[in-house]
Amino acid sequence: MSMMKKLTALVLTATLTFILLLRPAHAALEIVITEGIDSARPIAVVPFRWKGTGPAPAGLTDVIAADLMRSGKFNPIPVNAMPQRPAVASEIDFPRWASLGVEAIVVGTVEPYAVDRYTISFEIVDVLRGQITGGTKILRGGELVTTQDHILDARSSVIEGSQFRQYAHRISDVFYEVMTGERGAFMTRIAYVTVNYDEDKPYKLVVADYDGYNEKVLLRSPEPLMSPSWSPDGNKLAYVSFENKTPEIFTQDIYTTRREKLTSFRGINSSPVWSPDGTQMAMVLSKDGNPEVYVMDVASKRLRRITDHHAIDTEPSWSPDGKTLIFTSERGGRPQLYSVNLSSGQVRRVTFDGEQNMGGTYTPDGRQVVLVNRTQGNYHIAKQDYPSGAMQVLTQTSLDESPSLAPNGSMIMYSTTHNNQQVLALVSIDGRFKARLPARQGEVKSPSWSPYLR
Amino acid sequence: MNTTQLLKGLFIAVPMLTLAACTSSPDADGTAEQQRTEDQAQQQQQQDSGVDLGAAERPQTPEEVREAKFAELRQQNIIYFTFDESRVLPEFAEQLEAHADFLVKNPGTNVTIEGHADERGTPEYNIALGERRAKAVAQYLQNLGVSASQINTVSYGEEKPMVNQSTPAAYAKNRRAVLVY
Repeated sequence: MSMMKKLTALVLTATLTFILLLRPAHAALEIVITEGIDSARPIAVVPFRWKGTGPAPAGLTDVIAADLMRSGKFNPIPVNAMPQRPAVASEIDFPRWASLGVEAIVVGTVEPYAVDRYTISFEIVDVLRGQITGGTKILRGGELVTTQDHILDARSSVIEGSQFRQYAHRISDVFYEVMTGERGAFMTRIAYVTVNYDEDKPYKLVVADYDGYNEKVLLRSPEPLMSPSWSPDGNKLAYVSFENKTPEIFTQDIYTTRREKLTSFRGINSSPVWSPDGTQMAMVLSKDGNPEVYVMDVASKRLRRITDHHAIDTEPSWSPDGKTLIFTSERGGRPQLYSVNLSSGQVRRVTFDGEQNMGGTYTPDGRQVVLVNRTQGNYHIAKQDYPSGAMQVLTQTSLDESPSLAPNGSMIMYSTTHNNQQVLALVSIDGRFKARLPARQGEVKSPSWSPYLR
Repeated sequence: MNTTQLLKGLFIAVPMLTLAACTSSPDADGTAEQQRTEDQAQQQQQQDSGVDLGAAERPQTPEEVREAKFAELRQQNIIYFTFDESRVLPEFAEQLEAHADFLVKNPGTNVTIEGHADERGTPEYNIALGERRAKAVAQYLQNLGVSASQINTVSYGEEKPMVNQSTPAAYAKNRRAVLVY
């Protein structure tokens, strides 16, 4: 019996060591925060108490703190600045946290459940509320009870050793929603293209967790890959591949690798974007002479031409209701954004500020457009109220392009140039928080943020 | 003025090139080998008798001069553009004329014109710009009599830079159309 216990302990320790070894020391994309954390709300993510023997599985609370910091809305205080290490709400000494200005605390425990399985319990605690009512006894239904209204959320789940990062993102989502009233987007992914000219197949189509971890290469090619775009169900990507020495639009199931060539018309086949309901795809084809916007019915492959102008028309983007497209057109002389009503065909110009405005995309509420603005030769990400309104430039980095919004509209991922290299960067929708995701090798570009995945 | 100088230069350069081509080409059979032995014997004989032998330059026909020049120009297969423009600059007129001449004389030969852009502007817009550059070159060749069926165009936008840097010099090299046979 004691022999059995020893064996279990041994297996457990071995498994844990194995997990720790498997965990990569660095993500391929490592986020460097460049600006804006000062204005965020102070919070605390207390390292969860390990109730097992041997080394504690690392990383859970680090991931939560990093998520919340990256949202631009929260500023998790450093672990060494914490006045105590509570694991449950009842252990919290509220005045000590309140004096640090901390608004909310995440506390929790990690407990071995079975081999490579753990019970994670956590509570999200409102410090101000806790200071007023926490632990005090009130009379309720004729009985004296301890008030719990300072506990904003409390959950417990059994997870596998490989699910720590994923569950951390889950906790971040819960925290974000409780604190902002808006759904969190931490359990999402990004698709992007990497280019490393030193390799025989320099172009790669990659998906990763939104924070750059769990990178998976979906396609390697000797020829360029462009414009990845997610299907609304999050299962497929559409993209452009030059593998046959000409641009063609493909779709690929990210789980089964099943690929389909959607178009291979003479000339340009570019900018594929799924409609919000997934039944149609907007794209740019130059088969009829010059680049025009088309909409394809995905099931029947039937094409409908949307624009008809001798100038360049490109970069279509769907309004959230699927009734309007915005696109970039040179019809006014220089590239600017226009909208087209898909039922009436009516076209109107949307942008007027700056020398050029391109690559427009609607925010999820449809009330703003995020775009690439060129002013005095500089390309920056900007947003404008839709259909008209003041434009606000959000970035100060160099050669900014390809903005893609998180499904909750809180953050924009885009491509920029840093030290002569294309890298990805993040900016919050209010422009206050900025971060960079530097690549160690080669270029990283064309980010596309997934829809909500669960 | 410039043309005269260029022509003078070619009168000298072309025969030299032709000569170089003759000596470097491998002998087709034993006859040439035999001829050379005979020539050497003759030269030896003349040296012995103390005379010096000279050769006149054979005059090139204008046709031959043009041919040689075009052969030289065809080695240059890249046309550069100014920012956000797809107009073919006058300095590339002669180069494209040489390519057109070759394509007209060789109707069985096809050319692919690749259009490229520098990294400024969005990738999707640059695909459109690259196509416009490739088509401008295609149209230029067609105006010189090249059949449309011999020309294929493809735009790579900013995806295949010649110089992978973010400097004005690199941008100038990357805004280009390339004729690929």
